[in-house]
Amino acid sequence: MSNPDIITLKDVHTYYGASHVLRGMNLRLAPRSCLSLMGRNGMGKSTTIKTIMGIAKPRHGTVTIKGYNSNRWEPYVVAKAGIAYVPEEREIFPNLTVRENLLVAARLSVEGQDNWCLERILDLFPRLSERLNQWGNNLSGGEQQMLTIGRALMTNPDVLLLDEVTEGLAPIVREEIWSVIEAVKREGIATVIVDKNIGKLMMIADHHLVIVRGEVVFSGDSIELSAQTELLHQHLGV
Amino acid sequence: MDWLLFFIQTLNGIQYGLLLFLIASGLSIVFGVMGVINLAHGSFYMIGAYLAFTLSELTGSLFYAILLGIPITMLLGFFVERFFIVHLYHRDHLQQVLLTFGLILIFNELQQILWGGDPHAVPMPAVLTGSFPLSDTLSYPVYRFFLSAVCLGMSIVMYLVLKHTRFGMRIRAGASNRTMIEALGINIRFLYSLVFAIGVALAGVAGMLAAPVETVYPGMGEQILIVSFVVVVIGGIGSIRGAFIGALAIGLADVYGQVFLPDLASVAVYGVMAGVLLLRPSGLFGRGT
Repeated sequence: MSNPDIITLKDVHTYYGASHVLRGMNLRLAPRSCLSLMGRNGMGKSTTIKTIMGIAKPRHGTVTIKGYNSNRWEPYVVAKAGIAYVPEEREIFPNLTVRENLLVAARLSVEGQDNWCLERILDLFPRLSERLNQWGNNLSGGEQQMLTIGRALMTNPDVLLLDEVTEGLAPIVREEIWSVIEAVKREGIATVIVDKNIGKLMMIADHHLVIVRGEVVFSGDSIELSAQTELLHQHLGV
Repeated sequence: MDWLLFFIQTLNGIQYGLLLFLIASGLSIVFGVMGVINLAHGSFYMIGAYLAFTLSELTGSLFYAILLGIPITMLLGFFVERFFIVHLYHRDHLQQVLLTFGLILIFNELQQILWGGDPHAVPMPAVLTGSFPLSDTLSYPVYRFFLSAVCLGMSIVMYLVLKHTRFGMRIRAGASNRTMIEALGINIRFLYSLVFAIGVALAGVAGMLAAPVETVYPGMGEQILIVSFVVVVIGGIGSIRGAFIGALAIGLADVYGQVFLPDLASVAVYGVMAGVLLLRPSGLFGRGT
């Protein structure tokens, strides 16, 4: 296959009704790499992730997953191609127990491997093992976020899309989540992270995109980004 | 009132309730998971009964008729979901009611074309024709015990599948968040088709089982549909546990009403519904309570 990237977006335009959200979005995600999407609220970061997942359909441009045009793929096809999604709103199944939330979509990786089994997820998040038989909606915000990450990892993905996963969490829980993200990255799972913690993103991500009104205004690594003081101030409030 | 007679009426009420549960559970799952109000659900009960009539004539056995009838009703469910119900998922309830009411008219017309307007009797299997003696003068038909046992067995299987299998988890997850279950790699379209087909098959099996104790007649689907909706409303829309308790309550209310309050028998089930809704407006296990 000529294209080594797992995910590419080329000149992608996505709308919500009449609202034009992504305006020529371009993105490349290499295997085992970590990409951050930065920008103020409402600039199109979450829409980019939803467009990759097939939840929002692009009207123009091309989304490619593992070399295949995925513009018309349903979300379950995207997920089966090895893309896992951790949504901003957590979206725990309240009528399932913690164990059931983890097992509901568990499957082997595209290559047939089972790197992330239930035991390993519980080792990663020991607090969940104490809550296995509780209903999903009886968890704290931090525990729910651990559950959504665990649920996504149980699909043994090649790519993890993390949308504002530390938003609204206590500092100690945030640290726990960040250390898990680092562990996931070390494992070789490619990640796309949307978060407001610029410092952490600069430490973890290999490449950064700054998005303004649905377009990429900066693309580069942490050293290049830190040199862009005007951009950091104007578009990221740093 | 003799206690033995009361006992027999209680058995009748439980048997009717368990039969109602088979029908109402399909109705409740389809609404709870897919958000579709299916007025045509009673038609599948009628089709099941007519299939029992035709297939038992062809094969000479109600057992074979049921075995053949299950895949036929499931296929019918797949067909109806793929060609009609699929257009209703993002539409409001009025449009769902209109389309599924149209399906009732179509199925009734097909029934007239295929079977005509005469009522039909379906013979019980010879092995189930006897009665258990309960006293010197009273007995209880073996077939009614068989009917209750099959309905109870299917209810237990349904509970185990919903509660303890991956498929059941996905149905429950799909009922609470369709987008997320799809984003986790589950083909919700196929899941919906399967759920609908199972719901249709449950109604069909109920019709097949009821055929020997009731006459098979045109319009039998509408009558059972109304009572099934009462069960679903009492239990709480989307709740299988609620449908089970609601079905038993309605089965007993209907039978006791006919025996103890014959003048008010026709409103007994609605009285129970009104009482439950006064105390719990979302039903016994509805999400709003």
